[in-house]
Amino acid sequence: MRHLLSINDLSATGAIGILDTATELARINDGQVKKLPTLRGRTIVNLFAEDSTRTRISFEAAAKRLSADVINFSAKGSSLSKGESLKDTAQTLQAMGADAVVIRHPASGAAQRLADLEWMSGSVINAGDGTHEHPSQALLDAFTIRKHLGKGASDLAGLRIAIVGDVLHSRVARSNVLLLSMLGADVVLIAPPTLLPVGVESWPATISYDFDSVIPNVDAIMMLRVQQERMTDLFFPNSREYSRYFGLNSERMSAMAKHAIVMHPGPMNRGLEIAADVADSARSVIVEQVTNGVNVRMAILYVLLAGGPLEVGSN
Amino acid sequence: MSQQRFLLRGGKVLGGQASDLLIANGRIEAMSASISDEAATVLDIKGSIILPGLVDLHTHLREPGREDSETVASASRAGAKGGFTALSAMANTSPVADTAGVVEQVYRLGQEAGFLDVFPIGAVTQGLKGEQLSEIGAMADSVARVRVFSDDGNCVFDPMVMRRALEYVKKFDGVIAQHAQEPRLTVDSQMNEGIISSKLGLKGWPAIAEEAIIARDVLLAEHVQSRLHICHVTTAGGVEIIRWAKARGIQVTAEVTPHHLLLTDDLANSYDPVFKVNPPLRTTKDVMALREALSDGTIDIVATDHAPHTSETKDCEWAEASFGMIGLETALSIVNKTMVESGLLDWAGVAHRMSSAPAKIGHYPNHGQNLTVGSVAHITVINPTKSWIVDRDLVVSKSRNTPYHGYELPGLVTHTFFGGRATMIDSKLMDKVV
Repeated sequence: MRHLLSINDLSATGAIGILDTATELARINDGQVKKLPTLRGRTIVNLFAEDSTRTRISFEAAAKRLSADVINFSAKGSSLSKGESLKDTAQTLQAMGADAVVIRHPASGAAQRLADLEWMSGSVINAGDGTHEHPSQALLDAFTIRKHLGKGASDLAGLRIAIVGDVLHSRVARSNVLLLSMLGADVVLIAPPTLLPVGVESWPATISYDFDSVIPNVDAIMMLRVQQERMTDLFFPNSREYSRYFGLNSERMSAMAKHAIVMHPGPMNRGLEIAADVADSARSVIVEQVTNGVNVRMAILYVLLAGGPLEVGSN
Repeated sequence: MSQQRFLLRGGKVLGGQASDLLIANGRIEAMSASISDEAATVLDIKGSIILPGLVDLHTHLREPGREDSETVASASRAGAKGGFTALSAMANTSPVADTAGVVEQVYRLGQEAGFLDVFPIGAVTQGLKGEQLSEIGAMADSVARVRVFSDDGNCVFDPMVMRRALEYVKKFDGVIAQHAQEPRLTVDSQMNEGIISSKLGLKGWPAIAEEAIIARDVLLAEHVQSRLHICHVTTAGGVEIIRWAKARGIQVTAEVTPHHLLLTDDLANSYDPVFKVNPPLRTTKDVMALREALSDGTIDIVATDHAPHTSETKDCEWAEASFGMIGLETALSIVNKTMVESGLLDWAGVAHRMSSAPAKIGHYPNHGQNLTVGSVAHITVINPTKSWIVDRDLVVSKSRNTPYHGYELPGLVTHTFFGGRATMIDSKLMDKVV
């Protein structure tokens, strides 16, 4: 595997290989050594054409812990905000000898274009493209779910996971539906009909408009961020009504199964899609998702650039 | 008048019996089983099909304004390469073709290029803004004799503007060619709304956005008893509405593009903007409905919607890219592949859909005539047994945005005659037309 553009680039075995590698790296990280020499001398470029603090920092930390040289290339103040084309940017990075480009871009398909057009020879890792996919987020979510609910299994068979909110515009939802279903989980999407895409019936997931009826029967609830601009574009009457039907508050949380967890890819709108006391509750694994993100992104870089998954139990 | 004499040997007129055909003095001088003419250049076209010169009712020539992507001259040559003897220059140039001055300029450039007739289409509204009518009467009375009016690229959305335009062109039996796209349902839309768009995260372009305008406009055309033409129909639902309207006696005609007869929205999986087009590629079900409609006459004509774009507007992210694909040089091969080889149309049907019917809609004099002795010699020859491979680096158009790069297409256009003058012989364009 050269690129990670979509969950469709992975088989179940390949995905589990990344999760297992992340588990191993986490084990090593919890010990004395924070930094591995694996990618010494390799250059990884973080090409962020869209604002993102947590994903960029997460990839940067992952690359540095593998001893890679990291170049950050952000939209603001760079040539990307001055109308330079993706093609010219890519050729510049190629000329600088980038071994991998981690790209975040507002246009769906930008990562695939970068990879397909052979503008550069390195690996391309999609860190979120428009409303298409965000595969590293899905992998860290699967990692988190497996850690809490997996009972030692390598996949997610038998688990039922709800993804709630703005599915229409969510790259996190698209990648998670593909990955979680591939790993054997039942995925249920919960949203107002306006925030589900036409064609969603073809996805490997079931649909519900009724959050309350689903809550007692799921092992994890993944809340999606509601963007401010959705408020003014007729998707729902107002934020209070949205919260009333699709927000996760403490009352709804109390209807969850005892073992069930609450997730959110961040950044959260506290009080809109998730109540503050839910976000800060014992069920919430939101902060841990961030921690796991670094290990999973290390695993992605490891698998793509060091030639394959790490063997379990290695040092 | 052309002094050239050509003797076409053994071609099949509209796919019928093989015979000889003599072109002289700009006209078809003789047609019979065996002709001899010492002075004529003899061209052996045994096994090939002779068609009337093709007429395109929907072409973007980009001049004036975007001569970096196409000019009237380069499009004329691309048209001749594809077997066309007449093109219709869409009005969305810069400046817009909304005055007699612009349409006369485009018409004159076509005459100067000399490869075919360029019939300008006038804008319905000033600046294509959909607000005030353009100088429709002045364009109709100009040297360019404009009869087709369109804001193509934009929909004439305001129903009152559309009503007035339909009424106004009745004075000279003109026609309004509508780009049917409800604007509010297609804000920032990128591709057909359906299963593929849901997966790709590209904003959907619902079929209803096209169908709602078609439905409104056939009713308006009925009410004011005017001629309406629907540009580039793409949906099965749109076909149903037009079929209903025709059964009711409404004066509506419709076109389909070659690409909508062949290509489907799953091509967007590549995110390659060469497949980004307005209106968008639809589903297999729509493609099959369009072929059926072209076969049974619900859709009257094939029009290319040839839309050249420079590489920098296509060599980028999908959402940033321009809409459109070139199509003049591949149109007849695509129609052969989708309609003739599938048994849905015979060659007489192709001649109707690609020559006589569009010429009639546009009132284009001397085009789309029957291939009989005395007719003006606008003639296209296609060898249906030869296939060819499309290479975007070898196209005649100034732009390279063909969606068929690498496709092997059946049927090679070998000869084109424009008013008796050869514009292409043995698939080689003339340097200039004499």
